[in-house]
Amino acid sequence: MTTAQSVKSGATEEAKAGSGLRATVPAGDRTYEGGGRALWRIWLMALGYRVRLPVAVVAVIVAAILQLFIPLFLGSAVDNAMGLLGGSEAAPGAVKDALLLAALLVLGTSILRGLFTLLFNYQGEAMGQSIAYQLRLAYFDKLQRLSFSYHDQVHSGDLMTRGMLDIEGVRRFIEHGIIRVIQLVVLIGAGAWLYMGSDPLLGFLCLSFVPFAVWRAGVFRLRLRALWKVLQERLSVLTRVMEENLGGIRVVRAFSGQDYEMEKFDERSEATLEIALQRVAVRYSNTSVMTYSYFLAMGLVLWVGGLRVIDGLITIGELTQFLAFMTVLQMPIRQTGMVINGIARASVSGLRLFEILDMEPAVMEKPGVAELKIGDGALEFHDVGFSYGGFPGEHTISNVSFKVAKGETLGIVGPPGSGKSTIAHLIPRFYDVTEGSITIDGQDIRDITLDSLRTHVGLVQQDTFLFTTEISNNVAYGEPWADSARIVRATDSAQLHDYIAGLPEDYETMVGERGVSLSGGQRQRLSIARSVLLTPSIMVFDDSTAAVDAATEMRIRQALRDLTANRATIIISHRLASLMHADQIIFLDGGAIIESGSHAELLAMDGRYKALYDLQIGAAREGAHA
Amino acid sequence: MLNPSRETARVARGGASGLRGEELFGNAFDGKVMGRFLYFVTPYRRVLIVAVLAVLAFTLTQIAVPLVIRIIIDDALIGDAANRDLLQMAAIGFFGVVTINYVANYIQLITVAKTAERILIDIRRAMYAHLQRVSLSFMDKTEVGRLMSRLQGDVGSLQEFLETSIFAIGDIVLLIGIVTVMVILDWQLGLLTLSVVPILLVIRVVWLPIAKRAFMRARETSSIVNGALAENINGVRTVQGMTRQQINYDAFEGKVMDNLLAHLRASRLAQIMVPTVDTLTGGAMAIVIVIGGNLVLERTLDVGVMVAFLFYIQRFFDPIRSLTMQYSVMQRAMASGQRIFEVLDVKVEVEDKPDAASLEDADGSVEFKDVTFGYVKGQAVLKNINFRIEQGETIALVGPTGSGKTSTTALLHRFYDVWEGEILVGGKDVRDVTQESLGQHVAMVLQEPFLFTGTVFENIRYRATDVGMEQIVAAAKAVGAHDFIMALPGGYDAILGQRGGNLSIGQRQLISFARAIVADAKILVLDEATANVDSFTERDIQQALARTLKGRTGIVIAHRLATVRHADRIIVLQDGAITETGTHEELLDLGGLYHRLHAMNYASFDDVNEGKAAAASVALGE
Repeated sequence: MTTAQSVKSGATEEAKAGSGLRATVPAGDRTYEGGGRALWRIWLMALGYRVRLPVAVVAVIVAAILQLFIPLFLGSAVDNAMGLLGGSEAAPGAVKDALLLAALLVLGTSILRGLFTLLFNYQGEAMGQSIAYQLRLAYFDKLQRLSFSYHDQVHSGDLMTRGMLDIEGVRRFIEHGIIRVIQLVVLIGAGAWLYMGSDPLLGFLCLSFVPFAVWRAGVFRLRLRALWKVLQERLSVLTRVMEENLGGIRVVRAFSGQDYEMEKFDERSEATLEIALQRVAVRYSNTSVMTYSYFLAMGLVLWVGGLRVIDGLITIGELTQFLAFMTVLQMPIRQTGMVINGIARASVSGLRLFEILDMEPAVMEKPGVAELKIGDGALEFHDVGFSYGGFPGEHTISNVSFKVAKGETLGIVGPPGSGKSTIAHLIPRFYDVTEGSITIDGQDIRDITLDSLRTHVGLVQQDTFLFTTEISNNVAYGEPWADSARIVRATDSAQLHDYIAGLPEDYETMVGERGVSLSGGQRQRLSIARSVLLTPSIMVFDDSTAAVDAATEMRIRQALRDLTANRATIIISHRLASLMHADQIIFLDGGAIIESGSHAELLAMDGRYKALYDLQIGAAREGAHA
Repeated sequence: MLNPSRETARVARGGASGLRGEELFGNAFDGKVMGRFLYFVTPYRRVLIVAVLAVLAFTLTQIAVPLVIRIIIDDALIGDAANRDLLQMAAIGFFGVVTINYVANYIQLITVAKTAERILIDIRRAMYAHLQRVSLSFMDKTEVGRLMSRLQGDVGSLQEFLETSIFAIGDIVLLIGIVTVMVILDWQLGLLTLSVVPILLVIRVVWLPIAKRAFMRARETSSIVNGALAENINGVRTVQGMTRQQINYDAFEGKVMDNLLAHLRASRLAQIMVPTVDTLTGGAMAIVIVIGGNLVLERTLDVGVMVAFLFYIQRFFDPIRSLTMQYSVMQRAMASGQRIFEVLDVKVEVEDKPDAASLEDADGSVEFKDVTFGYVKGQAVLKNINFRIEQGETIALVGPTGSGKTSTTALLHRFYDVWEGEILVGGKDVRDVTQESLGQHVAMVLQEPFLFTGTVFENIRYRATDVGMEQIVAAAKAVGAHDFIMALPGGYDAILGQRGGNLSIGQRQLISFARAIVADAKILVLDEATANVDSFTERDIQQALARTLKGRTGIVIAHRLATVRHADRIIVLQDGAITETGTHEELLDLGGLYHRLHAMNYASFDDVNEGKAAAASVALGE
């Protein structure tokens, strides 16, 4: 993936260049330093555009210089028009010719300036959009690779904010930040050179506001950046509060928690507003004072320039030149607020983006590993221990060992939190074991490619995610090329075909966000169909029939019998009826295997399994015979 | 309570969706939407009057600047003799003007931006508060993501509108002011210079529809990209489980590329206007130089007027440009406004009567009298339901999927109003008491546990903010959650991730059980609450509940026969009607559905869904 690589190479370059940059940011403040580094990396990405960037820079310089010439022509036109007034001897015809020439020069320069402005604006925007394109792909790619342990900790709304608003923030920085800063520097630099020459004092007065404006801009950038950071954080808390409220609206209603929820909302909302208002105050008090300083400088030019005209040192045309020059500066000065705001935002946004782009997935493929080779399809756990990073020191499972061979079924049962789902998630390497190892046909799953592992392991997860697309695409999610016969076979095995066939557009019916919603049981059956379609060598059902009724489950199991004959199967369930026919059953508690054996053996053992059996099946049976 | 997904399926199949589609652009002006904005704007009218005055003062000072320059040139610098005093006065006047300009600018920026922020918060709050009260059937059929995009995106796009619309007033005044001043200064030269404006307008008219399409396309592709990103984030576990990364990446790449190309096209179209405006500006200046210059030569025009004209031309196109920008901002705002008001217009079906009483001292009895109810007109889900539960009694509601169990408990909590009949809680009609007190009277544990980001303590306590740690621990111990909570780092202060993601589903359910116990209500409703816990935990909970239910009324909906057999009474629902009532033994003797299920040795009532009850009867030879 070239985009991901280019972002990464940016990272290494950045590390090399980083030391040079540190001098420009306040020492000892890590967030500011990080922000500066983020901007530097965005700049490095822009440097990758070897045609667009130089074209944009040249165009911005040419446009700025052309713009600086317009006041000169205007000034000379004024002087020419005043030619006779001033008592000059020039012939009226020559003056008229001079006026015409000045007019043509102004028109021509304006057209050229317009074209060059178009060029740099477009190139700037194109660079911004292209960098956004790169970042979007890299971000998407990274999120897909980051393991479950990361996604467990992070709120999906936060990832969305980064993917939408932060990329937008970076894009605007390229478009409005980098290019505008160059424009401003060229205008002031070339302007100083052009105008200082003709009258140093007036030239100096014209630009006298610049140091003040630069100082304000510097101060205000830092304050804005700090505010942006807090604002971003508070906004994401507010988003979370709203999202949870709407998602859990039934709980809210069930407990009449509306007032309590409104209080929570108001608290977060006020906290956000507070910062938003501060940001407004900082931004606009600075931009207005910067504009004021500009106008004060203009007043000085007018006054002092007027005195010099009276003293005969300069002409009115020359005064007009200086004033027109200042008018040229007005627009960029007014935009400085926007630019500074953009830079502040980009440094925060960039930081938030690069934080994720730089993250290494917890589960990584070793370089140069081979594909999984399936022989007997035997899955083995060797003294496996595991703890989620979130709760260190606390083992979720420990010393778990078992073996399931091709054609065999292993049942896992145990109380909630005993580690059943954890075992299921370790097999496709959604997490890496912390102790021991897992092998398939003798190959450690950490020594084979992730793709080949996950293709051979079919995990039917507890929560089924439906994508907004047709049912057929949802079923064939893992293999979009599957023909309809295979899709029907899979849904038929999962006892879902009849339902789908009854829908208005059967397999073409849209599901997900904007389509038909399926019930919990139907979703689980769809999830089963999804995995069955792939005919994996190892199938893991993670409590995937909890919402399916027992009779349907029985039929699913019968339908899958032929399929499971050729593969290793693991069934995790609360319902003993679902797994009591397994070849081997494990009773898990507190992350450890406390009983194992066949159904008959476990009953004979008269332990926890037997107690559970009595509770579930015995009770019903006893009731029936009562 | 209704099973959300089931209900949604029913509604969605009918083609009705909670909210309309997401049009990106509306009409530029929508009287209704504007009128309703006013409602949110009115509280700030005083501030806004100040803002408008500031905008006007700012604009007028901007128009004044070239005039001051003109006075200086014509009166102080040229003329009979150089006039230093006049220059000094004019310069001081200039400083006065720019100082007013500064103050006005500061006031307009700050007041407008701050007021806009406040109005946004008000609008968002109104929507959010409204969503707390609208009927649950609306919430069921509307995805959280769509509501969020209205609460965030649409409210956000109003910000631009609110800010720019006040500045638009300034732009209009600036435009009129400049035209007026130019015409007054020299009407011939003024009109001649303004002759470039119609050219610009003609170009704009041709350009706008093309550009609008391109901008729309760009926005569309952006929302497609964001939609794809959101789906991949939410479904990332499935994506990884099915190794779809490469396919999804390729598909996403296509969408992002479309987005890039659409934006580049939009950018090209937008940028075309730059040289156009620059050319026209240059043209207008050329006119002033040639015509104005000649007039100055002929002494029929003051040179200061010519200079002032040159300055005005440089400022002239800014308001035109921002006003045409304002047009698309308004279009977006109207579309967003419609979506926002659509949410605010969703009817609140259940409301407190003005004289609603409190249930505070009422007992825990429940009575359904001839209750008929449904979600879709003409399709009653419950038909003539009659039953009474005494204070302290525990009853079980059983029956096949879709028989109306959940609807019964939803009505008890007045999530919906009955069509016919009445429901009495503590002897009072639920429609005559406040929802707040009803909520305190009836606690519910739902099938799908829902936890909020925050500590375990906060989740158990939820809205009962006056409850202390001891009661929380006691509740957790009662449901057998104490041990695993203590095993979390931080114990009761452990932070739960998104929706309690770091706990198993069973553990999450135990916490929501504890929450119901802490709520300390007279009536406790368990809606298939133990479906996700194992039998041992369920047994423990049963025992805990037996203790908790002492003195309270309990209504238990459960699949498993083992769960319901110990209830004081069991009510069997079928197709929205009560078919059997009695104790476990009585029902077995009755030989009805309950008996058949036992005879077939099913452990769960789920087994009779999707018309298999009939099959069961056939199988039993009845």
